Amino acid sequence: MSEAETLLRVEDLKVYFDIRPEGAMPWTKSLKLKAVDGVSFDLKAGETLGIVGESGCGKSTLARAVISMVPAESGHIVWLGKDLAGKTGDAIRPVRREIQMIFQDPLASLNPRMTIGDIISEPLWTHHPKMKKAEVKLKVEDMMRKVGLLPNLINRYPHEFSGGQCQRIGIARALILEPKLIICDEPVSALDVSIQAQVINLLQSLQDELGLSLIFIAHDLSVVKHISDRVMVLYLGNGCEIATSKDLYAHPRHPYTRLLISAVPIPDPSIELSREVELIKGELPSPLNPPSGCVFRTRCPKAQPLCAEEKPKMEEKSDGHFAACHFPD
Amino acid sequence: MSLLEVKDLSISFEITDGTVNAVNGLSFDIDAGQTLAIVGESGSGKSQTVFAAMGLLADNGTAKGSIKFGDLELIGMSEQRLNKVRAEQIAMIFQDPMTSLNPYMRISDQMVEVLMQHKKMNKSDALKESIKMLEAVHLPDAKSVIRRYPHECSGGMRQRIMIAMALLCRPKLLIADEPTTALDVTVQAQIMTLLSDVQKEFGTAIILITHDLGVVAGSCRETLVMYGGRVMEFGKTKDIFASPGHPYTKGLLSAIPRLDTENAELASIPGNPPNAMTLPKGCPFAGRCAHTMDKCWDVMPALEPFAEGTRLRACHLPLEEMN
Repeated sequence: MSEAETLLRVEDLKVYFDIRPEGAMPWTKSLKLKAVDGVSFDLKAGETLGIVGESGCGKSTLARAVISMVPAESGHIVWLGKDLAGKTGDAIRPVRREIQMIFQDPLASLNPRMTIGDIISEPLWTHHPKMKKAEVKLKVEDMMRKVGLLPNLINRYPHEFSGGQCQRIGIARALILEPKLIICDEPVSALDVSIQAQVINLLQSLQDELGLSLIFIAHDLSVVKHISDRVMVLYLGNGCEIATSKDLYAHPRHPYTRLLISAVPIPDPSIELSREVELIKGELPSPLNPPSGCVFRTRCPKAQPLCAEEKPKMEEKSDGHFAACHFPD
Repeated sequence: MSLLEVKDLSISFEITDGTVNAVNGLSFDIDAGQTLAIVGESGSGKSQTVFAAMGLLADNGTAKGSIKFGDLELIGMSEQRLNKVRAEQIAMIFQDPMTSLNPYMRISDQMVEVLMQHKKMNKSDALKESIKMLEAVHLPDAKSVIRRYPHECSGGMRQRIMIAMALLCRPKLLIADEPTTALDVTVQAQIMTLLSDVQKEFGTAIILITHDLGVVAGSCRETLVMYGGRVMEFGKTKDIFASPGHPYTKGLLSAIPRLDTENAELASIPGNPPNAMTLPKGCPFAGRCAHTMDKCWDVMPALEPFAEGTRLRACHLPLEEMN
């Protein structure tokens, strides 16, 4: 793993949204919603990085910031040595060819008025406008076969497909430009269990075949553990912990990670009924007004006065295992 | 005697393209104070089954068969009589707590309304009782939360409010339709713990409808597995997880990634769930099953007892050949 080249390096990335408070006067300063507040990670070629966290922790915003769908407030997004932060339009277009995205809602992310063939070939027309029609068709049919769709369905419309098939179409559209990185934003959470397994297996076999890197965002920890080489845990826009998937689940160092893992039910009554579940107390604080110091301190069982004063830095606690906590487990 | 007894229930919907057979000849029962899980994928008919019991089917839906709550037959019961049973005897909580609370009403008004209607309480008593119930579901600061509107509460709080509201009249049966699907895992753990506390405290029977086998494992004594509107398997949860008696259950169990074990590749079930308008004459799972025989397409296997009669399965494949 260590000799593989680093594809993507994200350094201290911050994404803030301006929020107009309710009943604000025109001269009232807008509030800053800190969606992503200083997240750093890197991604190697061929690697899968899982990003987990509860709703509102900034995982989707982080993904969107990486491909400049939302502007970053500050920080660096270094793609193959080039900094993408702040770049827009023509400057970013060649990179978009190399980073593609798959979205959560399989049907909503496909244009209902376009045929499957048009949907899958659209990226080709955008990025290779001079490509011949016959070549495009050949490529699309080839890609459909690769993701397990029959090429004779090329003239059908999205509503004629089931959720799992729509997700396959989304995957085909992302792969047609032969990208180096695919960002999957909750790609299986809208699917039934039996279909979810099909899509996960498809993603893994395509990754092996094409040497892709994946950023896999999900709230389901079991799915993320299954597919990822390394996993990053986010809480309220802050990175809590990054480690190899095996290490993270076996020895979580950050109290939030430990509580999160403990909350996941295990589908085996003989284990689940005897297991002690440790509940997280309280509610998620508002990202408009996050706690001082460590953002998790208001709900953390190990919080000390120091946690309120100083924000813990992401530090290497053991080999390749990073955590941002003053009092790691 | 069982609390709720469903016998040979069939539900169909008339749509412009034809007839959708959502549930086909379903039978099960649940005893007082017990927990039953109904597990299945989308479109398996699990929600429609309980909608039929609550008289909540859409206008184009018809239910045949029988759903007995004690001595009362719920199918075909008049709206007026059904209103006495609903809330007072059977209560329901839904998947999306935001869309099932009235956005125009304060929590207090919504809860007080239930007690004034069903228990003929006066307003101030009803308010006191509502606050007591919110405290029973461990909602912090219940006195001020009850003054809020639903949009001012988080998803977990809303689901607690739904549970409190469902319990106001101390129903004998609580139906929970995917109560944690819209929630985060940490909140899910809180809500599931709450439901089991509530059951201990009030002695309510719970029917839990879910697709999450992890949730089932931790909370339900018995499990009913549905597919294509039919029962595939029924039995004690621990028996079903330890040795599934139906190829579908087996496929479902091996298709989920688990936190506690390493699995290199997930065993997926090929194909897609059947279309409820064009179900095969025989077993609805025939098109995706690894053990399909000729007769699977033509004859629906009967739900038969096995393992000393404690479990039921509907499959032509002999049990010995399951592996």
